[in-house]
Amino acid sequence: MLHTVNKSPTERNALESCFKYLKKGSAVLLIEDGVYGALKGTATTKMVEQALKSFPIYALYPDVEARGMQDRVIDGIKLVDYSGFVDLVAEHPTVQAWL
Amino acid sequence: MTEATGGIEMEEDTSGKVKKFLYVNRKAPYGTIYALESLEVVMITAAFDQDVSVAFLDDGVYQVVKGQHTKGIDVKNFSPTYRALEGYDIEKLYVEKESMETRGLKESDFLVPVKVLSAGEMADLMLTQDVILSF
Amino acid sequence: MKFGILVNEGPYTHQASDTAYLFAKAAIEKGHKIHRVFFYHDGVYNSSRLTEPPQDDRHIVNRWQKLGKDHHIDLVVCVAAALRRGIKDENLQEGFRISGLGQLVESGIQSDRLVVFGD
Repeated sequence: MLHTVNKSPTERNALESCFKYLKKGSAVLLIEDGVYGALKGTATTKMVEQALKSFPIYALYPDVEARGMQDRVIDGIKLVDYSGFVDLVAEHPTVQAWL
Repeated sequence: MTEATGGIEMEEDTSGKVKKFLYVNRKAPYGTIYALESLEVVMITAAFDQDVSVAFLDDGVYQVVKGQHTKGIDVKNFSPTYRALEGYDIEKLYVEKESMETRGLKESDFLVPVKVLSAGEMADLMLTQDVILSF
Repeated sequence: MKFGILVNEGPYTHQASDTAYLFAKAAIEKGHKIHRVFFYHDGVYNSSRLTEPPQDDRHIVNRWQKLGKDHHIDLVVCVAAALRRGIKDENLQEGFRISGLGQLVESGIQSDRLVVFGD
């Protein structure tokens, strides 16, 4: 399953919640304000790095760049564009939005 | 079909196709409209004879607690509608255990019968679904 | 692949409508089909004929209208949500239509994937 998270982890618990529901084959895509969850040196970095050990995590690059966060992305988080977003949705049987 | 179901304008034949629809509720009632309006979608889905499950996670668990009296805020109390779901053959209601416990709630606090699942069990349920809608 | 899209928020206040639009555009460019875009909750405001955003910014309503027209996408606004918020035929932008929640359910049934954009 593909999980999209569109809110910052320091604003809402969506990312933290989402991580509790990941199973084999899950992937997480951070979009909109959710890309703040992709950053190094924040209160939630450890939580994200831990999840990254077991699950692929992606961030929507246009959202990262819009927010000026392009030099702060955690190593291992894959950056995709909207075309990559589409591919991720197509590749997974279902998609769930964590709002 | 009524205007609300939009059945009159159906161009494609969906008869016979049954998919598993899961409605994920994570927001508290009344502070925003999501709880009420998502309930309306749940009922319409049953009218289409689909396989409907409803999950309450995080603050969504507050949607189904007893004792909601809304006269003071002058907003329609829609909590009785959760009890009416059974009449629409919607009986698969799930509450996530940790969400419930961290909010100081027990099964007896809920106004409808629910199945309490751990996050892991809920995740397994999610994997069986064809369409997942969040509001 | 056939995609259904659900937009739960109105234009400008939330990024949902923008992300949904850019997703839809990318999907079309990759050769996929958009079965329907369904506007619910405040998403119904994406169909208002009356919006006048500043000239130097994107026109969200017109952008949806053009995408719908160019690629024959069904842009549907939920009747119950619309009535609550004062969106009616008389202030509906051309290219959108008002219909029931059944259209969302049907999109879930008919599409290969249903993607939700909200708050």
